[in-house]
Amino acid sequence: MTALLEVQGLTLRYGAVTAVDDVTLTVAEGSRHALIGPNGAGKSSLFSVLGGATRATSGTVRFGGTDITSADEVARARAGLVRTYQHSSLFLRLSVLDNVKLAVERQSGRPLRPWPSPRADRRVAAAALERLEQVGLAERRREPVSSLSHGERRQLEVALVLACEPRLVLFDEPTAGMSAAETTRFLELVEGLPREITTVVVEHDLDVVFRLADRISVLAAGRLIADGTPEEVRSDAGVNAAYLGAADGREALFTDAPDPTTEGGRA
Amino acid sequence: MRRALVPGVVVAVVLVLVALPLFLTPYPISLVTRILAFGLLVVSVDLLTGVTGLPSLGQIAYFGVGAYTAGMVGVHVTDNLPVQLLAGVALAAVAALVTGAFVVRTSGIVFLMVTLAVGELTHRLADGLDAVGGSNGLAGIPPGTVLPGGEPLLIAGFVYWWVLAVFLLGMAVALVVSRSPLGRAMRGVREAEGRLPALGQRTYAIKLAAFVVAGAVAGAAGTAWTAQNRFVSPGDLAFSVSAIALLSVVLGGAGTLWGPLLGAAVVIVVRDELAAYVAGYGELLLGVLFVVAVYALPRGIAGSRLRRVPSVKPA
Ligand SMILES: Nc1ncnc2c1ncn2[C@@H]1O[C@H](COP(=O)(O)OP(=O)(O)OP(=O)(O)O)[C@@H](O)[C@H]1O
Ligand SMILES: [Mg+2]
Repeated sequence: MTALLEVQGLTLRYGAVTAVDDVTLTVAEGSRHALIGPNGAGKSSLFSVLGGATRATSGTVRFGGTDITSADEVARARAGLVRTYQHSSLFLRLSVLDNVKLAVERQSGRPLRPWPSPRADRRVAAAALERLEQVGLAERRREPVSSLSHGERRQLEVALVLACEPRLVLFDEPTAGMSAAETTRFLELVEGLPREITTVVVEHDLDVVFRLADRISVLAAGRLIADGTPEEVRSDAGVNAAYLGAADGREALFTDAPDPTTEGGRA
Repeated sequence: MRRALVPGVVVAVVLVLVALPLFLTPYPISLVTRILAFGLLVVSVDLLTGVTGLPSLGQIAYFGVGAYTAGMVGVHVTDNLPVQLLAGVALAAVAALVTGAFVVRTSGIVFLMVTLAVGELTHRLADGLDAVGGSNGLAGIPPGTVLPGGEPLLIAGFVYWWVLAVFLLGMAVALVVSRSPLGRAMRGVREAEGRLPALGQRTYAIKLAAFVVAGAVAGAAGTAWTAQNRFVSPGDLAFSVSAIALLSVVLGGAGTLWGPLLGAAVVIVVRDELAAYVAGYGELLLGVLFVVAVYALPRGIAGSRLRRVPSVKPA
């Protein structure tokens, strides 16, 4: 099991706020990693630094064995490190299909070709449509993104990152705002991804976390307070208190949210 | 359904434009010629402002490069119009590349101010450069020929056909680019510039390419202007021209290319024709028109026609 992403002593400060505090973390190639933690723990901030949109205050990031600490967002995306956003960031007045085409063209076409080319355009359209079918948005391909529901936009985010032919996808709360059916679809999609694509998911819904993850990292107030297999994290006493910032955190964390895999064992 | 009508409408409009000199007298023909040349400038503004989301007041600079290049080539080299067109477009594109390399690093209101500065600098340069006639303007441009050694175009109708040809060419370039991957990327910059780097796409390259294409189209418009007037003066590059070009884009519906063309027609007719009835108040009339347009047609002429019924979604 080789490490795809190695984070070493990563710190991000916004003025007086330390959003990410000395985080050291490894994501194994092919793993289904989950990152959890209470609101404001620094999960999105960590993603922002890993994606290259925000520069770390200190620390290093290695991706596929290469130091990418000083690589910019474009270079990281081209190397296969992409992310989705907690707050959808899409091309609102473009059609759903055009959104995905933008990513496909970057990948397989000539994104700045200033004239149409029937054959190349058809190939790009077919590849984009395939991504939309994967997330279940093929029927909506002609609609402007602005007419999609919140959940559909989240699905489109997924199609966009997959169109980048990624090696590592960072999903920031992908199921927030999705309907139950959309969430199920998303879970099946991620479970069906080839293992060449590694995923890290930030998720508040613990059903989703325990169903998907083979490894869980817990962030609280910017610090990594636990990192291990789901069983290890579940039995970590410190996690629950910190996660919810309350003495009875354990109850709320692991039994409030109905979780079929744990309910039986804990009853 | 409506889309199926578009090619038919386009063909009909082009046929009417081609046939116009057969019906109209020289004066209205020269008005339409002016609208076409100015309209192409407006299309170049829309490529940046409406399609790419970069509001520009500087396209007059590349229009000027095209106009003066055509004039200089006409005076000193050849009266051949296609040669003047090529030279004007090439120089305008190079000028756009060189200035754009810096200009497209900015965006929003800063971009607006920087392009305004580029336009004004070009204006001043034309005014001060004796080689191009200085403040007197560049006169003595011979009537152009279409074929080398052919008959010079003296009749308004023939000049009009040449300007129409340049216009259609420029419009075709704008439409082709806007339907290409580059055009999609330009709209991507407009919609969510920050998202593109996360997809591995540098926006600088997109914006610079858009700037060069728009500069080339503005240059073509400038050569058409010169072909009609056979005279270029610094006044043609005044700030007020940039202002009414941007006004035409807003009035017509930014980002649609054809809408701003209608906007250009309205603006030229109001400024050059109706203004005669309110002597001295032409600019005021444009100002009033603009205010009314912003309230009555918030999305421009094109936007109002295409307003869609909100689609009904299952709950
Ligand atoms: N741009 C910013 N400027 C200043 N402070 C910020 C900025 N972005 C985030 N923060 C702060 O950094 C801390 C971590 O925020 P972050 O959004 O990373 O948390 P999170 O774990 O993603 O939370 P949530 O679960 O609510 O999405 C918070 O205290 C937040 O207020
Ligand atoms: Mg977050």
